[in-house]
Order: sequence, then C-alpha cells, then structure tokens
Amino acid sequence: MVTDIAWLIPLFPAAGALINGLFCRRIGRRAHWIAVSAIALSFLVSVAVFRDLLSHPEGWETSLYSWISVGSFAVDLGFRFDSLSSVMALVVSGVGLLIHLYSVGYMHEDKGYARFFCYLNLFVFFMLTLVLANNYLLLFLGWEGVGLCSYLLIGFWFHKKSASDAAKKAFIVNRIGDAGFLLGLLLLFVTFGTFHFGTIDHPVTEAPSNPIATAIALLLFVGAVGKSAQIPLYVWLPDAMEGPIPVSALIHAATMVTAGIYMVCRSHFLYRLSPAALQVLGTVGAATAFFAATIALVQNDIKKVLAYSTISQLGFMVLALGVGAFGAGMFHLVTHAFFKGLLFLGAGSVIHALGGEQDMQKMGGLKDKLPITWLLMLSGTVAIAGVPPFAGFWSKDDILGQVFKSGHYVLYLLGLSAALMTSFYMFRLLYLTFLGKSRAGHGHGSHPPHESPKIMTVPMGVLAVLSLVGGFILGFPPEQGLFHRFLEPVFMGDGPAVIHLFGISDLGLMILSTGMAITGWILAHLFYSTRPELPKRLPQRFTPLYQLLSHKYWVDELYDRTVVAFCRKLSWFSSLFDLWVIDGVVNEVAFLVRWLARLKGQFDLSVVDGFFNGLGDGIQVSAKGLRRLQTGKVQHYLLAIAVGLFTLSTLYLFFR
Amino acid sequence: MTPTALLLIFGGCLFTLGLLGALIRRSAILILMSIELMLNGVTVTFVTFSYLWGDATGQLFSLFVITVAACEAAVGLALLLSIFRLKSTVQVDEMDLLKW
Repeated sequence: MVTDIAWLIPLFPAAGALINGLFCRRIGRRAHWIAVSAIALSFLVSVAVFRDLLSHPEGWETSLYSWISVGSFAVDLGFRFDSLSSVMALVVSGVGLLIHLYSVGYMHEDKGYARFFCYLNLFVFFMLTLVLANNYLLLFLGWEGVGLCSYLLIGFWFHKKSASDAAKKAFIVNRIGDAGFLLGLLLLFVTFGTFHFGTIDHPVTEAPSNPIATAIALLLFVGAVGKSAQIPLYVWLPDAMEGPIPVSALIHAATMVTAGIYMVCRSHFLYRLSPAALQVLGTVGAATAFFAATIALVQNDIKKVLAYSTISQLGFMVLALGVGAFGAGMFHLVTHAFFKGLLFLGAGSVIHALGGEQDMQKMGGLKDKLPITWLLMLSGTVAIAGVPPFAGFWSKDDILGQVFKSGHYVLYLLGLSAALMTSFYMFRLLYLTFLGKSRAGHGHGSHPPHESPKIMTVPMGVLAVLSLVGGFILGFPPEQGLFHRFLEPVFMGDGPAVIHLFGISDLGLMILSTGMAITGWILAHLFYSTRPELPKRLPQRFTPLYQLLSHKYWVDELYDRTVVAFCRKLSWFSSLFDLWVIDGVVNEVAFLVRWLARLKGQFDLSVVDGFFNGLGDGIQVSAKGLRRLQTGKVQHYLLAIAVGLFTLSTLYLFFR
Repeated sequence: MTPTALLLIFGGCLFTLGLLGALIRRSAILILMSIELMLNGVTVTFVTFSYLWGDATGQLFSLFVITVAACEAAVGLALLLSIFRLKSTVQVDEMDLLKW
C-alpha cells in the first residue's frame, strides 16, 4: 500500500546523499547513478501518493517515531500527506529529477562531481522533509537544512571569493529571517501548546485572539521574507547566482525559495484569522514584484535578469497569499517551477555553449547556432510573460484576477505593471541573446558555440512541454481548474468556499493582462530589433532613473553603509570592550586569587600542620607512659581481670 | 543454714581458692590445676541452682564445663610442653616476651 511506503519519499535522497558523501572518492564520476535513481524513486512514490490522494482527498499522517518527549511537550517525527504537501513533493522530486539529469551533462567536467550530487541529494532530502512535515518543528528542521544546502551549493566553487562571499551573504540574510521565524514558532507554541498542524488547525482548538494571531502570522512571515527573498531581505538571491546553474534552477528558482510560500499556505488557518497580517503580505508581495521587475529591466547579466525575475514572481505569489488566494499562489508556484526552471537551464545551456560568458551584451545571434535551446527558451519566455494559453498566463491571471476582485486596486495596478515589465525584460533577454548579430569578441570562444548534449536538452524539453500546456491542464477554467479542486480539501476546511463564477469581468481582466504581455513583447521588439539605437538613447535622456535601476536602487550599498557598518562598529567596540574591560577584570580576579592562595598556604603550614603535629606529639608522650602497663606477664593481666570483676560485682551488689 | 546455702558457699570457696592459686603460683602446671579448681567451683554452683529451681539446664551446663575443662587441660599441657622445649622452664614470670 502506498500509505505504508510514503514515508520513504524523503529517505531515498538522504540515502543517496549519504552514499555519495561517504564514498565520493571511490564513486567519482558514477555519482549520478546513485543520485538520479534516488530522486527517481522519490518521484515515483510521490506520484503514487498523488494518485492515492485523487481518490482519498482528505490525506493521512504517518508518525515514524517520537522525536522529543518532555513532559507535555511532545514532537513526533511525522509526515503529513495531503494535497498541498503532495503537490510540493511532486514539484520538488519531479523538477528535481529533471535538474539532476541536466546536471549530469552540465557538471560533467567539474572536479567536485560526486560532492555536487551529494549536496543536491541532501537538498532534496531536506526540502522533502520541509514539505512533508506534519509539525512546525520538523518543518523548521527542513527549513534550516535547505538553508544549509543553499549555502553549500552557492559556495560550491568556493575557491572563487565572490562565490564564498555570496554563500555567506545568503546564509546570514536568511538567519535574520529565521530569527523572526523562530520567535514566531515560540509564540505559536506558547499559544497552542503544540507544533502539530492538525491539532492547531482542528476546529476544536480555540482560536487565539486577533493580536496574538497577527503577531504569530507576521513573525512566521519574517522567515518567509528571508527564505522567499521578499523586500527587504531579497538581497541574497541575486548574489546566489554565483552557484552552478542547476543550483540556481532547482534551489533558487523552483523549490527552496518557494518554501516561504508553502509555509504560509500551510499556516493558512493562522493567516485567515488576521486580516492585518494578510494586508502586510499583500503589500510586501506587490512591492517586491514591482521593484524587482524594474531592476530586471536593465540588468545585463543573463543570470541576474532571471534572479530578479524570480524575486518578482515570488512577489506575485506572496501578493496572492496576501489577498487570501492561497490556491492561486500555489498554482503560480508550480507553473513558476516549470518555466523558471526551464529558463535557468536554458541560460545554463547558453553559458555552457559560450564557454562561461554571462553578459548578454556580448551574446546575440545564437538562434541559428543553438536552435534547440532557442526553441526551449522561447517556450519558457512566452510562458513566464503570460502569453495565453501558456502556463504563466493562467497562474498570473488567476492571481491578478483575485487581487482585483478582493478590491485591492493599488496592489492590482502594481501587479499589472510588474506583469508588463516581466514580459518586457524576458523578451529583452531573448532578443539580446538569440536574435540580431553576434556581439561576441574574438578574444575568447576559440571553438564555435555548440548545442548542448541530449542529457541536458531532454529534461529542458519536458519542462518546456509543462510550461506550455501545464497551466491549461491544471488551471482551466480559472479558479475551478483541476489544481484548485485538488487543493480544496486543504484550503476550504476553515471557511465556506467562495466560488467566483467566470464572468464578463474575468474576461476583461484576462484581456487586460494579455494586453500587458503583448505590449511587453512589442516594446522589446521595438527596442532590440527594429530600433536598436533606442536602448542607448533612453538612458541618456533619463540618466538618474537609469542609474537608479542599474545600481539596483543602491540597496546593497545602503545595507553596507547602515546594517553592515553598524555591525562592524559594534564588533570593533565589542572587541575593545573584551580586550580592556573583560580581560582586565579577569586578570584582576586572577591576581586576587593568587594572593589569597598564598595566604591560605601560610595558614595551612602554620596553623593546620601545627595542630596535627602537636596532636601526634601529645599522643607519643602519653603512650610512652601508658605502655608500661603492658608487662607481658600473664598473672598481671589475670589480676587485673579479677580486680575488675570483683569491683564490678561489688558495685552491682551495692547499687542494684 | 540450709543445705543450699552451704553448697553455694562451698562452690564460692572452691572458686576463690582456685583464683588465688592462679594469681600467686609461679608454675604453669599449678596454675592450670588452679583453673580446674575454679571451674569445679562454678560447676558446683550450677548443680546447686539446678537443684534449687528443679531445672535440668544447670546440670547440662555442668557437663559442658567438664568437657571444656578436659579439652582445655589437654591443650594447655600441650602448649606447656612446647614452651618447656623452647625455654627449659615452665615458670610464668619468666615468660614476658609480649611486653612493651
């Protein structure tokens, strides 16, 4: 039965990571056999779980063993299989499997081949633990685990200083978010007395008061802001592109960064209690979607464009959560995993073909040289840009439609303009990379660009098919598609289902967002194909704006000047304090102790030793007299006995 | 003077004579004999009380005392023999090795 083996899903990659990690020297180039088959097994079991859930949508829980049990505090190492976790498990293991296959081709020359697959498997293990956990503490374990793997994989080429710096930055920025998350967990535990989702969600459990619910929801969201790269903690994600491309695709686009979205969806019962927290989510999401998109407009590094695009799309998801459209957020998460994974892999294929070149200004004209990659990237681009009827259209329109219908018109406008910019910067990327003439210098690239091998193109092909038709299959008709109906048991448990009928207003909104996608495309075509002088003239006319965007609003510099500088000052001051005050006190105390010890030594020598020596002497002197009694003559002893006996008897007789 | 009192006084005299002999005599053999005298005094007292109370326990104890006295005399004489071989004398005031 699938319910009996479902708990194996996260354990396959764990075993794979263990084997590859322990025997990496012996395994070497064969690491992918273990890693890929581990993920494939997880994927197969996930599919089986999914099929089972189609007929039993209420799901089930499996408890492996009691992890912590202290008094009334008990946490099980248990997994929860319902439609939400099943969707995430499918995405993680499915997209993970494709990216593992791609990595076989992409990393084949790398020295750390086995190490790479070990980390990748470890990541999938933690991610599956995160999404399958049935309580917040186990979720937090997975949460920190994926953070660790993210750190290891961003810094995979740690001999590059920029890579190790980026890894540290990602880790530290995530720590800030996780501090909030941890506080949220503690408050949650104090409020409910348990970490178990099912118990907290249960109708019998008393709902906390509004301020408490808001505080918990916002603190948990701080964690999501770090992990899912929202304003103000998004700064780590662009730098995270220092890692290998499959890492960017798997961790920093498709799965790990969506952990925050998943966590909020998992906690939807808390967020439903607090309209104020939802308002914050919506605002942060819309702002992130908008600002990240503006930065992406002017980036020249192909991976950076995709990174800011990822931040922007994550903003869309958070925006959806902010208006209570959890299903729409999850839907965009899934389609985004398809097309953003595909786009990253495609970019990797381009970079691979050009021998490591990432600057789009030095690309161009690759359409004929990389025909397969061109087609795949094109399908990914139309999907993300929201051209109907491809995947991004359905999910993004779903989000924008729900935002509009919930009455957040400002947020809707922000989202709509972000959608326009999405279309523009993605087609800009496509035009700069594949169309026009080659701008490659003759210095490098001694051999002409070559198409990637099958092991890389086939996984991309699968993702491309999903990006093209996945949205239609899962999300049509809007809000009542397969996907939403599948997730309904999770999200509709705590309130009456709100059914929007597909109406004329929806059609209007759809036309509007389609118009945005097409406008973006036309603008990009105008800028980079018909009138190529425009991209050079516009920055001259709007120099301050261009400067602002190309320097990413100087946010990194701002953080450097304020937070980082403050921390440096603080640590400098702390070190001085340590050197002078703490060390001084310690030295003084040590001096005092030594002085006391000397005093005590004197006391010991004179008083204590004197006492015991005197005692010994006294005993010797008295013993010298007393030992005369021991004459050795038996009759003396006998006499003593007789006298003693006589005395005692006499006394007894007289004083009876 | 009842016969019981006479018997008790007789036992006490035997014991006292034996004690004085054990204290005063220098020859180990005579000391052993005096100890026998003391034991006999005790035995007479036991039997007297047994008679007085009509209880057999005292007579039982007197049999024990006689048995132990025989053993004691045997062991004591054996010790004396080996001391005599060592020091050619049985005078107890010359045996004072176990002193300070």
